[in-house]
Order: sequence, then C-alpha cells, then structure tokens
Amino acid sequence: MKSLYLADIKDWGSEPTRKGFGTGLVKAGQIDDNVVALCADLTDSTQIEPFAKEFPDRYIEVGIAEQNLVTVASGMAKMGKIPFTASYAAFSPGRNWEQIRTTICLNDQPVKIVGAHAGLYTGPDGATHQMLEDIALMRVLPNMVVVVPGDSIEAEKATLALAKDMRPGYLRLARDATPVFTTSKTPFEIGKAYVLAPGQDVTIISTGVMTPLALQAADKLFHDGIDVEVIHCPTIKPLDNATILASVKKTKRVITIEEAQINGGLGGAVAELLSEHLPVPVLRMGISDKFGQSGTPDELLSHYGLTVKHIMLKAHEIMDR
Amino acid sequence: MGKNFTSKKLSLEKLELKANDIRQDIIKMLEEAGSGHSAGPLGMADILTALYFDVMKHDPKDPDWDERDILLLSNGHCVPVQYAAMAHAGYFDRKELMTLRKYKSRLQGHPERDMLPGLENTSGPLGCGLSQAAGIALAMKMNKDSHRWIYVMTGDGELNEGNIWEAAMFTAKYKLHNVIAIVDRNNIQIDGTTEHVMPLEDLRGKWESFGWHVIEIDGNDVEAVIDACAMARAIVEKPIVIIAHTIPGKDVDYMEYDYHWHGMPVGLKDVAGAPPKDEQARVALKELRTLRGKIKNESQH
Repeated sequence: MKSLYLADIKDWGSEPTRKGFGTGLVKAGQIDDNVVALCADLTDSTQIEPFAKEFPDRYIEVGIAEQNLVTVASGMAKMGKIPFTASYAAFSPGRNWEQIRTTICLNDQPVKIVGAHAGLYTGPDGATHQMLEDIALMRVLPNMVVVVPGDSIEAEKATLALAKDMRPGYLRLARDATPVFTTSKTPFEIGKAYVLAPGQDVTIISTGVMTPLALQAADKLFHDGIDVEVIHCPTIKPLDNATILASVKKTKRVITIEEAQINGGLGGAVAELLSEHLPVPVLRMGISDKFGQSGTPDELLSHYGLTVKHIMLKAHEIMDR
Repeated sequence: MGKNFTSKKLSLEKLELKANDIRQDIIKMLEEAGSGHSAGPLGMADILTALYFDVMKHDPKDPDWDERDILLLSNGHCVPVQYAAMAHAGYFDRKELMTLRKYKSRLQGHPERDMLPGLENTSGPLGCGLSQAAGIALAMKMNKDSHRWIYVMTGDGELNEGNIWEAAMFTAKYKLHNVIAIVDRNNIQIDGTTEHVMPLEDLRGKWESFGWHVIEIDGNDVEAVIDACAMARAIVEKPIVIIAHTIPGKDVDYMEYDYHWHGMPVGLKDVAGAPPKDEQARVALKELRTLRGKIKNESQH
C-alpha cells in the first residue's frame, strides 16, 4: 500500500469529488487556453464556478438546456476547444444521450461530459436525481472514455488528465463529502486500475466513492481469515483488463462494487471481461434493476446493500461457494 | 488568406443550369441507391447551388482551409443535394455520386463528417446543426476569428425539435451574427404537411420573438438566395434566419408538393400520380432536361 501513497484510514479527510473537479478545472484552464467550460444553470453545485470566476471569457452559461449544452460544445471542439460541459448526471448524459452520440462520439470530439450529483450520494433529492444508469449509458458509446474518481483528490487528477486527452470523456461526480483515501502522490492514469491492497482469496473491484468502503471491509475481513485483494477501478472504459485478469488468475473469485446499476455498469464490464477470458464466480454489488429514493446517503447505502458489513457478507458468501 | 474566387463565380444563367444539373444527378443517385429522400434535395438544389457556387468562401482543393466559410447541413437526410453540389464544385469526381448509400462509400446515407473531406458535420438525427453553428461561432469569437460565416441548413419539419429552440435562444443571447440559418420551408415532412403534423406558423413571428433577424425569400430563386445571404452578412448584433420557401420535388412534375416523396427514392415503387416505378427516373430526367431548354429561352427575354 505504501507505494501508492494512500492515506492511513485514521487520516482520511472528507470532501465531495465535485470539489476536486472544480479545482482541477481551474488548473486545466491555466495549463491550456483551449479549455472552456459550459454549464446548464448549475454553476455552483457542479463546481464550474471557480473556473467561471477565473476565466469569465471562457465560460458559457447555456441555461437549462442540456441538449444545447453538449451540442454547442461539439461545435466548439470542432474549432479546437476542449469543452467541459457540466450539469447533473440525470440531465446530462441522462437527457442528451443522442446528441452526445451523434455530434461528439461519432466525430471523436474531445468534449467532456461532467455528470454531477450522480449515484446515491444525491440522497434526499430522490429517484429522479439519483442517476444510476449513467455509467451504462456512457460505456456503450464508441470512443467514449468513462472515469469515476474515488475521491476529491483523484477527481482533480482525472480532470487534468481528461483535459489532455483528445477523446470524448465522461466524468462522474458525487454531491456529498466522501472519504479522501488517496494523496497528491497517488498515481492516476486514464485506463489504469490500481491494486490498493494485495490479497490471495478474493478480488474486490470497486469504483468511485465505494472504494474506501472496500478498503475498510478488506481490513476487517483479514481478521476473519479472508485475504482480500482490493482493486480500485476509476476508469470503467477503457477497462484495465491486464490488472484485473492478473489478480483474478490468483484469487479466482470476484466481487464488484459500485453505487450505480450493476447491469451495464462496472459489474457488467467486469462480467463481460471475465466470461470471455477467465470464467470465475462473480458477485456484483450495486443497484440491481431498481430506482433510488429519498433518504440520507447512509440510509440508502444500507437499503441497497452497499455498506462495509454488506461487503463482508458478500466476501464470506463467495468464499463458501 | 489571399485566395480569390470572384473570377470563378458563374453568371445567373449558368447557376440555374448548374442547379438543374444537380437535380439530374440527385435523380440518378437515388435511383442507383434504391433508397433515400427525393423531395427535399430537389427543392434545396437552388440554395445549395447559390452557396457552393457564389455565396461561400471555400476551396474544394483545400477543404480544411482555415479562412473558409462553414456550411452545416442540419437536415442530414437531404445530403444527396450537398454531395451533388460538392462534386460539381470539385470536391470529388462526379462518378463517385453513384456510390451513395453503398458499402464502403464515403457518401454515407446521412452525412458523416470524417468520411468525406469538405463535410463539416455529422447529421441525420435532427435539430443539432444550429447548436453546433453557435458553438463554432463562439469558438471563433474567442479566437478573434469572426470574419467567417457559418451557414446552417435546416428543414422545416426539423423545427419540431426542442433542441432547435434551445439553440435559437442561445445564439441570440450571444449575438452570434455570423450564424446564418436557412430554413428549407417546403411545408412537408414524412407524415404529411408541416401544418398538419405540427403547425409551425407563425414561423416568422417565432424566430423574431427569439431575437433573430428574419429574411423571407423564394428559395427556388438562385438570385434571391444570393441576395438574401448578402443582406444577412450586413446584419450585426443578431443572428439571421432566411426562411426559404421552396417547392418539394421541384422541377419533377409528379413529385412537386407531394409529401409522399419526402422519404422515397425514384424507382422504388408505383405511386398514384407518378409514372410506373421503372419509368420514374427516366421521366424525371426528361422533365429536368426539357426545363433546361426553357430556362435558356426565358433568359433571352
């Protein structure tokens, strides 16, 4: 674990991933004049605000019009800009998928879709706003890169990396503060998954803000006699096949964790990979063909079976197979 | 910089003949393809002729020229007319027109930008062109490169799309006056007339209330298209929409005004009021060739 410069659990901070995006975008703007930002009337909550203040001439307010948001961005990308478009994930890419497909992916334009308030951490807002299908929607598009950062620091790195990447990109962000388990020295590269904790018995592959829960569960499972390998998988597409296959060759058991639909999400991606290359038992944790509802994130994680305790139970279940 | 195309501009008579040639090619292409849209491309031939042979600054031998004007075809199903106009302008050999909609052809059924140099956008799903034009204009403004014009062709049925009106509000907000939209107002869409399917009128009033400068013309009059574009380029502070009234299926008697020809090629099936399917292309081409003679006579008055 030391080589990845992770923070010790007792030192974990707490910050929303969107905060890291906001900081990263300003830095990306300082590095490259071509980075521009567009927002659909959610400047503050998507954290486009710091960029808008720093670069008012490179910030475009589109209003509540998500179809126009991404399609204007495709036009700007044609002229050499690297547009970051921000809204809530439920609206973008929820509402404008076809425009993303036709005007961005089909022409391989470097437009970045930033989906804020994705997943269960949108809590009280309820099912309409808890976007759980975004990973599946974006992952199926040719040319699209899909990144789900694990914490605020990684979100900043992911934003900078996406700004340098000339492909279409999707960045998934959560609203509420979540544990900060990486440090500024922790590596991040688009397309790479990271073995955060080595183990022999079962591979837990998690994405986004579920990874700190996976780390906590692995810690406790060690005392139960189960040696877990934790892989943090912030890039869902392209998937880091090599890292996943190397681990699963050893453990032959897999659990995936995401706060999104497992159908088409990380769970889907891993199951597709393994069924073709290395068929082993896979248990997918996440939302299974259901919508969300109002509640605090903790209540919802508990309801949908995504707590440390649930992960531990799953690990025991797969060991007993 | 420094390219001068003025000397290459055609006389009005030659432009009208060019439009007629383009119509003949559209008929041949669609017959060969066996699928595709007839009425819209025929109706738009005069507009595309005006754009490619008079209005736009562009260089078929240098499609990525960074001083060029940009044409976005938002109603991508009408692309046969654009392909034909591009071939006549010298972007590629006219022989290639016969590959329309075929396997491995650069002339995809709906335009795909990266397949053919000179195409500026990928379209087919409707309603996107205006947003893209606004994005291009905004980026040009940021790059201090606002002396180029962005022409966007849209259909009238396409104006049913909400995306169009999002873009209309946006383009007016940012006063993107180098965006010139041209609406092919031919009054038909697949399921019937536009006013039956989803009424668009008061169309002028709609655009004006969205903050646009509106010019209305006879879209089958090449000279009117050229003049309207010249006027549009003189308007500042507002984006401009040219509502171009056209006849769908123009110059093929059995197609004119008949919405059944919106999404159908010649030669596919027998239709009431039209020649038998095997005769459709021949009759259409004969009519177009005859008309060519008529135009010559009229121009001598």
